Amino acid sequence: MLPLVLHQVWFAVNGRTIINGVSMEIEEGPRTVILGANGAGKSVLMRLCHGLLSPTAGSIEWRGPANGRRRQAMVFQRPVMLRRSALANIVYGLRLAGVSERESEMRARDVLEAVGLERVAGRPARVLSGGEQQRLALARAWALGPEVLFLDEPTANLDPGATRDVETLIDQIRAGGTKIVMTTHNLGQARRLGDEILFLSRGQLVERAPVDRFFSKPASAEADAFIKGELPWN
Amino acid sequence: MELIRRRLLSAVLSLPLLIAAPLVPAQNFITVASTTSTEQSGLFKHMLPAFQKKTGIEVRVVALGTGQALDMARRGDADVVFVHAKAAEEKFIAEGHGVKRLPVMYNDFVLIGPKSDPAKVAGGKDITAALKKIKNDSAPFVSRGDRSGTHMAELALWTQSGIDIAAEKGPWYRDTGQGMGPALNSASSMNGYILSDRATWLAFKNRGDLTIVVEGDKRLFNQYGVILVNPEKHKHVKKEQGQAFIDWVVSPEGQKNIADYKIGPDQLFFPNANDKGA
Amino acid sequence: MDEISRSLGTAGALIVGFDPQLVQIVALSLRVSLTAVVVACLLGLPLGAAIAVGRFPGRRALIVALNALMGLPPVVVGLFVYLMLSRAGPLGELGILFTPSAMVVAQTILIAPIVAALSRQVIEDTWQEYREQLRSLGAGPIASAATLLWDTRFSLVTIVLAGFGRAAAEVGAVMIVGGNIDGVTRVMTTAIALETSKGDLPLALGLGIILLSLVLALNAAAYWVKEAAQRRYG
Repeated sequence: MLPLVLHQVWFAVNGRTIINGVSMEIEEGPRTVILGANGAGKSVLMRLCHGLLSPTAGSIEWRGPANGRRRQAMVFQRPVMLRRSALANIVYGLRLAGVSERESEMRARDVLEAVGLERVAGRPARVLSGGEQQRLALARAWALGPEVLFLDEPTANLDPGATRDVETLIDQIRAGGTKIVMTTHNLGQARRLGDEILFLSRGQLVERAPVDRFFSKPASAEADAFIKGELPWN
Repeated sequence: MELIRRRLLSAVLSLPLLIAAPLVPAQNFITVASTTSTEQSGLFKHMLPAFQKKTGIEVRVVALGTGQALDMARRGDADVVFVHAKAAEEKFIAEGHGVKRLPVMYNDFVLIGPKSDPAKVAGGKDITAALKKIKNDSAPFVSRGDRSGTHMAELALWTQSGIDIAAEKGPWYRDTGQGMGPALNSASSMNGYILSDRATWLAFKNRGDLTIVVEGDKRLFNQYGVILVNPEKHKHVKKEQGQAFIDWVVSPEGQKNIADYKIGPDQLFFPNANDKGA
Repeated sequence: MDEISRSLGTAGALIVGFDPQLVQIVALSLRVSLTAVVVACLLGLPLGAAIAVGRFPGRRALIVALNALMGLPPVVVGLFVYLMLSRAGPLGELGILFTPSAMVVAQTILIAPIVAALSRQVIEDTWQEYREQLRSLGAGPIASAATLLWDTRFSLVTIVLAGFGRAAAEVGAVMIVGGNIDGVTRVMTTAIALETSKGDLPLALGLGIILLSLVLALNAAAYWVKEAAQRRYG
């Protein structure tokens, strides 16, 4: 599927422009972190890439070899679990993808074990803790074997312990060959988890750089102010 | 757990089939349009089992006001009509909806009123005199107002009393648009006068302070007729079974059955199928 | 007060004596209303889900109309169904006037809008929460509707009970289309109406108490089942 190519993408709703003419390419390989202040348009950009929103103008194309199946998944800031067991939630995603009932259950159990949730497989997913639910959401996405995994501020609502668990999991998924595209407004997390940084400000892609260079020598004034914690709320 | 849930689900979903199955209707029955007063008197509960036992035909009675009952038959929704309003019945036949009218039985109307008798009509034998007094004294009077046989009889009696009730009524005249029972309830609660058929009155349980104040006047006579709905006009009318019912009702056996129906010592209906002019 | 205590006595005597006529009337009432509820749900739940999930022109007008239909007066429904099923009417050939089937039809028409309108609201609320996640997992409109129906099942149980309550309580529709025929189409509510008009108020009230107790028992049972299931599935 990759590369994903955005060309002059605009997104406006109710008269407000949220994405202001963004052009970029997301390629195989590096862990991409989209960084920016609240209101910069990170979440909207993610949803445009994932296909949940359609651009008001411009194009978004997957230019890689097509293989017919949905090979991208997304994990949201707030995990949405169905009213059924943890295991059943994962099976749900697999069944939607056309996997047989038996195969789905097997794969679901495997992935639950891989994320350390096998002991809660039979519990109603909605009674699990925030961190457990987010790990479950990751497991659900991982089980689908996606080529690209989008994550929209996945640890924004979690405590440090849960955050660490989730970050470890993201690394595991990455190690399995999945491309990671993540948004965060947490600088430390961006440093830990990113290979390249895409910096968004007021709906525009202001800077793009490998992680080390971004943090040591930001090229744009906005990025500089953001890193120093001085960027005002939009 | 999954299995139990699935079994429960299929059990619940097949419930409608089990429930609906008995709802498929049987066929050996006729629909008789009759009046609320006749049904509420309990006559049908007494009469119909005997008929069903003899012929195997179930009789389903839909009880409405006379006007409604005839309208129902005009639409073809009944096989037989059994009401008590001769003029309306003859009109029904003249319109081609009925085959022939046969007299069956009669009962009478009685004037009901409060024991306190504000209009001082109790004990009288002249209904027109009583009605004139009630109007002149503006005593509360409840009318059924529902085009029933009883209502039509009441209107005819006002006319016979020389009163144009439509023009001359006042707030004392309560036009309720109800069946006999509810109208009696209203009369009971407002201690008013009301014209009722004797059968309903005898079966009525909420009398309060009411009692019979005038009875026996020949003009209070209430004749019942039975008519087969015209199968020429309404193709699906069950004419053999309907005719069997009519034949039985006017036969000596049916007539005796009617005469045997009593509440306590009181006979409610008086068979008169032999009285051809009725 | 005297009448009320007499009616309690009458109700008690009827129940204890297992009066066969009473049993027959109660059984018919349950059969008619339960059948109507089942059919109304088969029609109304998918309709509610479809409207909640779908986007089509006239959707808002349809929602308003459906909400308004919740207030259909039973006697009007009865009249309408009577005219349809009368021999003089378009569906006269079916010959189901003055039979329990006609009563089921009338009550179904009465309850279906309630089920559809209320389920639409409940499902739409949950859809707001689930929409992005379900679309991300690749669920199309039909799969989404089915998933929502299952996930909102506890709220839907309450809606179904509301529909049943409305059906079991109404007298206007079944009186007109059923004809209150002794032994054939006489149900609890029409029996109560009849006894009231005959002036036998204690009996009428006694029957009313029995009807209320029945509906209360049904609701209690449904609530208990719902609570148990909710504990299991969250």
